[in-house]
Amino acid sequence: MEAAPGRFKGRAGGAYNRSMSLYRIHGGLVLAVPPRASASGAVRPCPLPPRLYLPLVDERGALLHCRTAVGKHVRRGEPLPLGADEAATALPAPAAGRIVAIEPRTLARADGAEAPHLVLEPQAGDEAAPLPPLRDWRDADPALLRRRLAEAGLIGLGGAGFPTARKLARGAATLIVNGAECEPYITCDEALLRERAAEVVAGAEILARTAGADTIVLALEDRMYAAADAVRAALADDSAIRLELVPTVYPQGGERQLIELLCGREVPSGGWPADIGIVVHNVATAAAAWRAVVQGEALTTRLVSLGGRGVREPGVFEVRLGTPVEALVAAGGGYTPDAARLIVGGPLMGSALPHDGVALTRTSNAVLVLGSEDLRTPAPELPCIRCGDCADACPARLQPQELLRRLRGGDDAGAAALGLADCIECGCCAVACPSQIPLVQHYRDAKSRLATAAAQRARADLARTRFLARNQRLAREQAEKVARVAARREALAQEQSTASAAAAAGEAAPAAASRMDKSAVLAAIARGKAKRTQNAAPPPREDEA
Amino acid sequence: MKTFATAGAPHLPAPVAVRRVMHDVLLALLPGIAVQLWAFGAGLAIQLALAVASALAIEALALRLRGREAARALGDGSALVTAVLFALCIAPLAPWWIAPVAMLVAIGLVKQIYGGLGYNLFNPAMAGYAVVLLAFPRLVAQWPGAAVDLATAARTIFGATPTAQWDSIASATPLDALRQLAAQGQRLPEIGAAALFRHSRPEVWTWAAGAWLLGGGYLLWRRVIGWQAPVGVIAAVCLLTLPFWLLDAERHPSPLQHLASGGLMFAAWFVVTDPVSGCTSPRGRLLFGAGVAVLTLAIRRWGHIPDGIAFAVLLMNAAAPLLDRMTRPRIYGHGRHG
Repeated sequence: MEAAPGRFKGRAGGAYNRSMSLYRIHGGLVLAVPPRASASGAVRPCPLPPRLYLPLVDERGALLHCRTAVGKHVRRGEPLPLGADEAATALPAPAAGRIVAIEPRTLARADGAEAPHLVLEPQAGDEAAPLPPLRDWRDADPALLRRRLAEAGLIGLGGAGFPTARKLARGAATLIVNGAECEPYITCDEALLRERAAEVVAGAEILARTAGADTIVLALEDRMYAAADAVRAALADDSAIRLELVPTVYPQGGERQLIELLCGREVPSGGWPADIGIVVHNVATAAAAWRAVVQGEALTTRLVSLGGRGVREPGVFEVRLGTPVEALVAAGGGYTPDAARLIVGGPLMGSALPHDGVALTRTSNAVLVLGSEDLRTPAPELPCIRCGDCADACPARLQPQELLRRLRGGDDAGAAALGLADCIECGCCAVACPSQIPLVQHYRDAKSRLATAAAQRARADLARTRFLARNQRLAREQAEKVARVAARREALAQEQSTASAAAAAGEAAPAAASRMDKSAVLAAIARGKAKRTQNAAPPPREDEA
Repeated sequence: MKTFATAGAPHLPAPVAVRRVMHDVLLALLPGIAVQLWAFGAGLAIQLALAVASALAIEALALRLRGREAARALGDGSALVTAVLFALCIAPLAPWWIAPVAMLVAIGLVKQIYGGLGYNLFNPAMAGYAVVLLAFPRLVAQWPGAAVDLATAARTIFGATPTAQWDSIASATPLDALRQLAAQGQRLPEIGAAALFRHSRPEVWTWAAGAWLLGGGYLLWRRVIGWQAPVGVIAAVCLLTLPFWLLDAERHPSPLQHLASGGLMFAAWFVVTDPVSGCTSPRGRLLFGAGVAVLTLAIRRWGHIPDGIAFAVLLMNAAAPLLDRMTRPRIYGHGRHG
């Protein structure tokens, strides 16, 4: 249990709250802060690589359709023409240059999925396309500010990547600006606060104005001394912003945990913070909001921490969006011989990448190259002894051991009834488990199984509705046809009786009448034929139900 | 482009191993073992050896029959802990075949047939002890009245000492003495002065209780066990016996006397805290401990055997899944909004 980098030091159990104004939260882990493996130095620029790669997927993983013709020139900050509707968040070009191709590349995701990427070749000069600055934002209409944030391409920079404007649209009484890094090794928010505290403070006020919030809380970890000093210096004496130092316990930087810790309230299950009048934004999002509104700059860069034993010179870098990981690692002096695993994100929730050609996006807050000794060894899984360490560590107050038992028995529905959907996938259970069971992986798998099943059910329901509607329509048409035939037959019978009455009256009529009858019959046959060919087309398949 | 091997998050190394948990438990048992060795002699050492050897052999055999790799499962130390706990429950001079029989029940039936470590519904050590206690009550309850040297102990255990001589070696436990004398209508001050009670050496049992408390404190400090189950036992004993003792101290033993006699302290720290067969939710553990204490006291008061901890534990084992179900913590975001 020595303080090796990023290693589990013990359970937290809420005993670390030093400030009286904080509330108790359940579970969590105290994780050692790695001494050298993540840097605390100044932010360094990452050189602009020869090519930038922009994934054409939105924050939910849905494909974006790009109308850009290959060969088009763009200026820095110019929104790339996406097929999405106008209200959606823009994807600004991170550099001036020429779009040279659209090609499939690996995404920065744990499943190693591929998606089309725009390939942008930066050109000398890096000419910008600035937005008009909104210096009088204090009096601006929130809708205008929201539009500006969407134009500038702002999404949550903390990691979840939810579009900022949409998050602010519902309004909230309380704005929490999150400067508590969620995971060890990640230091980009701390570096941002240290160097650009004024931008964060001003950005927080802009976000509060946009949301209509009158309470602003800026939360930092209690170990971020320099960052806290910088924030105190940046805060005006009469500032509406309250600075709170929260204990360095994972995952207190998580949105739901931070709300519980600071406000003593819980986000309803399946709901959003806005449901209880709270909105949480990352400090980097706040700084980007200030740049977008006051400077008129679109989001084209972000701070990324580069850490781990596998990198020669760890540090925090200002990276142009779309930069491939290999360019960032090169800026950090390259790999050490110990480089064993490449991760985008933190060591608890980050995604392991198959290679370093993956591009960094707006949500990439860290790149870790872990050495083999900081990795979970692929030890054989031992049986669960129901020790309950996972339950003690779970910030959602779930009973992970019971979920596991259900899932191992193939009972996904039973696990769902025990709150599987409330799992935030923080991984505390898997880190605390003495039997080395990767609990959270079981939950992730089960959640995606349940989501797939729900989607299938929805499709089946839709197909069934369509099928029933079709049957009803056919029955109705059949009934109408029968009624029509009966009416015509009656009319015909009446006609014949009048005709025979006429025949009885005179001799000239019969020949003409029989000719007329024949043509009516022929027309009816032709109509029937046409209908048969129309119906011969195969009926819609219903077997997907 | 450099390629890397991938794996699912979390990527951090795991901290504690099951094996270390078991080793901590064994370490915590040492003070109590030392007290019993000093008070009752070397018979305990022989019983420990018999129980451990038969437990490991039966576990290995069962794993083989189940087609599992034996080396890894034996290495987790759980069979070892079961054997040691059992050996500490029986009288040190019980015949040699008692331990293997009990281990066959504990490891073979109660643990492996249910699926091995983690799947047993009942505490294996207590189940093994309960079976031999019911089947051979006289043999497993003959506690020596003084420390017995190794040679005598070995002769007795392996059957060379005629049964007729047993009564000269064995003596009642304080609980037995208390029962017998109370049944004759004696009051506590008289019982305390009676020869039968003094020969049962109550101070030795108090020492042992202290040693178990020490070991339990170590486990608590190492965070191997939670505080809930032991506190449940101790609190329930105090709450239940205090009013009677306050009303009539001449007829009812004090809470401390209750805790210091028999196996209550041992059970509170080393048996009730078994994670597999106990509760997992914090409130469930508290109730589980309290339930064991209540049943134990009930058996002490009305039962036909002097100390019914094993039965109390087994009954509560059966109730544990229900308790867990009733005491699930409120999940974040459910019920209390805002």
